[in-house]
Amino acid sequence: MSNPARAETVLALQRFGMGPRPGSIAAMGSDPRGALIAELDRPLTLTAAAGLPTSAKAFRTVADANARRTARVKQAQQQAKKQQMAAAAPAMSEDQAQGQVQDKDAAEMAAKQAADAVPDPGRPMYLQEAKLRTEAALAAEIGFAERLVWFWSNHFCVSANKIQSMSGAYEREAVRANALGRFVDLLLAVEGHPAMLFYLDNLESMGANSIAGINRSRGLNENIAREIMELHTLGVRTGYTQDDVISFANVMTGWTLVPPGADPQHGGEFTFNPRLHEPGGQTVLGKRYEQEDAEQGRAVLRDLAAHPATSTHVATKLARHFVADEPPPALVEQMAKTFRDTEGDLKQVAIAMVSSDEAWRGPPSKLKRPGEWVVGMVRATGITVVDPVLYTGGQQLLGEPLWRPSSPKGYPDDEASWIDGVGRRLDVANNFAERVTGMADPQVIIEDVFASEIAPEVKQAVDRAESRQQALALLFMSADFQRR
Amino acid sequence: MGLDRHLPTRRELLAGSGALFAWSQMPRIARAEGRDPRLLVVILRGALDGFGAVAPVGDPDWVALRGDRALLLDGKPAALPLDSFFALNPAMPNLHRLYKSGKAAIVHATATPYRERSHFDGQDVLESGFTRPGATASGWLNRALLAMESGGRVDPRGSRALGIGSVTPLVVRGSAPVMTWVPQKLLPASQDTQNRLLDLYQHTDPKLATVLQARMKLASLDGARGTGDPMSDDPTLAPPGIARVRAYFTEAAGTAARYLAKPDGPRVGAMGFVGWDTHIAEGAASGQLYNLLGALDGAFAAIESNMGEVWHETVVAVVTEFGRTARINGTQGTDHGTGTVAFLIGGGLAGGRVIADWPGLKAAQLLDDRDLKPTTDLRAVLKGLLRDHLRVEEKVLAETVFPDSAEIKPMGGLVA
Repeated sequence: MSNPARAETVLALQRFGMGPRPGSIAAMGSDPRGALIAELDRPLTLTAAAGLPTSAKAFRTVADANARRTARVKQAQQQAKKQQMAAAAPAMSEDQAQGQVQDKDAAEMAAKQAADAVPDPGRPMYLQEAKLRTEAALAAEIGFAERLVWFWSNHFCVSANKIQSMSGAYEREAVRANALGRFVDLLLAVEGHPAMLFYLDNLESMGANSIAGINRSRGLNENIAREIMELHTLGVRTGYTQDDVISFANVMTGWTLVPPGADPQHGGEFTFNPRLHEPGGQTVLGKRYEQEDAEQGRAVLRDLAAHPATSTHVATKLARHFVADEPPPALVEQMAKTFRDTEGDLKQVAIAMVSSDEAWRGPPSKLKRPGEWVVGMVRATGITVVDPVLYTGGQQLLGEPLWRPSSPKGYPDDEASWIDGVGRRLDVANNFAERVTGMADPQVIIEDVFASEIAPEVKQAVDRAESRQQALALLFMSADFQRR
Repeated sequence: MGLDRHLPTRRELLAGSGALFAWSQMPRIARAEGRDPRLLVVILRGALDGFGAVAPVGDPDWVALRGDRALLLDGKPAALPLDSFFALNPAMPNLHRLYKSGKAAIVHATATPYRERSHFDGQDVLESGFTRPGATASGWLNRALLAMESGGRVDPRGSRALGIGSVTPLVVRGSAPVMTWVPQKLLPASQDTQNRLLDLYQHTDPKLATVLQARMKLASLDGARGTGDPMSDDPTLAPPGIARVRAYFTEAAGTAARYLAKPDGPRVGAMGFVGWDTHIAEGAASGQLYNLLGALDGAFAAIESNMGEVWHETVVAVVTEFGRTARINGTQGTDHGTGTVAFLIGGGLAGGRVIADWPGLKAAQLLDDRDLKPTTDLRAVLKGLLRDHLRVEEKVLAETVFPDSAEIKPMGGLVA
């Protein structure tokens, strides 16, 4: 029998948290909204991350490995060449063309072996970060704060395809540390982070009239400026022009990082390089910025953070992510107003969302993104430890590979983008059900974890399943598990 | 995924134990006779329709019972004759060949002592060997292994059993150590699971139903490429992923056989295959059940070939938790029933016959006017195999392996 109070608790866990896990409904108490808000006061640090390298250290480690690999490959190629020359002398009478082909193969193979001898340290770092992040989501009592970290990480996404070693550290250092602070601090942290500067090509960008630009006849890359305005702050078609993009891109020149191979202490850290920076003042959105250094960029970012379009853009995205593909306008306005009134206090915006009745109305219509769905499934079983290889593999299969969005836009939040992948989810659910049959009881999940707040049709399907595995697969695939 | 053990403390003991170890694997009494028997148990989860697998074509009430869904000797495709009374599903040519050469036997109208209709409980009774569900956390095969060592010098390495799959089947779980192997191939969600999910979505979430339906349609087109009009709604189209199901069955069964065939490998093993709960569109002559039986037949071939030289010392028992209703239901499927079949194959078998005390198919002869009446207790069959193949003592079988089963006498003559 459905019970309104329990139903709201389950909705709170599903819509705003990581999904119910054993004991979470009881832990929420009688005031789910209050429990959501209370969770925002707990520290968001990953204690287990203490042993993980900083992004700069990660970058240096990868650079070192790359340098060693290059040296080895070069050595191997040279050696192969020497052997070829030695072998070529007595083989003159043979078919020379074929001999050359074989020699080339041998040289390539030697190079490949030399390259393989120095594995990429980026992947183990990526997996370790993925493990910690996922385990934090499994361990969270509710997971509202973790969901906010995930949201902002996707809003300010970078791609592990480009910077595998740094993608997890980026999230910890820039996003997690600021996800419940002020938007402007989050913005400054992410846009000044080496991972973002690398991902959005700002390391390549130089002012046409800067020292480096004149010397190398190279110039501006507009990528970071455009994405900051279109995706990170104002939102697309909010009145900025191509000239604004160019000016802002000029402002951002010089935002780079210390070359990782060059400096064993600070390599890979943020630095402002005046030799790359376009000299002189710039006009962005009608305002003149005359600063000569990184302060120029910070000033523009501060103004973008405070722009009214940003408050609407951010509020809309948050409400779309948590509440509905077409979020109630009153909710969005309430959140945007809070954003403006509090100068972008993200905790207050989150509180405004869960305090609004609009956020709780309507049936669970959001289709969970694959990552949310997988974590929700694992939480329901009570499992708390993650095999990152399996986990990231599953994420990839479901079309949401962790920290690897196909564009700076990040992963979409609407049902249409994900619903075709439901068939794939069945493969994953079936496989996961097979793995956990011995330790997860579908009846226990329904009764204890979900407090029976699940459609009677699902209970019936579970009762009638031919095996525990099938019962679990049906349960995980049910709308109650996939929608929130 | 490699070979793993449930008892890591035995890891060192098991590693590199060499030739000594090989000898210790053999059941003690059989060893004294110079035999080295293997037993593999295959559980068909979901309750196999015994009539869809082995049809009593000689029963005068057969056609009336199943109507146009009845397997027939002159059907399309034609059922494979076993004797003057029974015929085998045409999807199982390997089993037919084994049967004809005396290396397979079929037990019909058989059941465990379980008389309710819950899969979970039925499987628990089948695998635990107890008469009621939830009585114990060990399986009869594991306890049989322990029994074989009692009385003598117990060699902890000697009783290893093999479990295939992510979850070790209960039948082989227990205090005798179990090694497990997980197939590389993922088992796709069965047609049955997809049908149930679709039904669930149709009642709860029409959007999800539409998507799932599209996927099922696509997969069935893919699976039936070149077999006819791709837009047809013909229910005989191959279900989605049947090629993957076949591959999974073959890999899992073939690997089990490879381990059991190793001189220093385990001597008993167990595995489960899902997908036999055919409530809707059962498809015995062509369709769901036909395809699954075909996949099982492929698994039999893999076992035979991978057992190699020890095939003659091998017995495979293929069992299911209960049967299905005698009559077809309103959705061209069958519901949970009682009596069903068990397949026995192996080079060590005295086969070539269907073992059945046939109860008849007239309404009054059915159990509750609903199910094939079980006339052979499956425990008698299993006890017969354990006594004559593995040499487990009858008293142990009656008290420990299948508790409180003294009145169920082991069936003799199953093993050559």
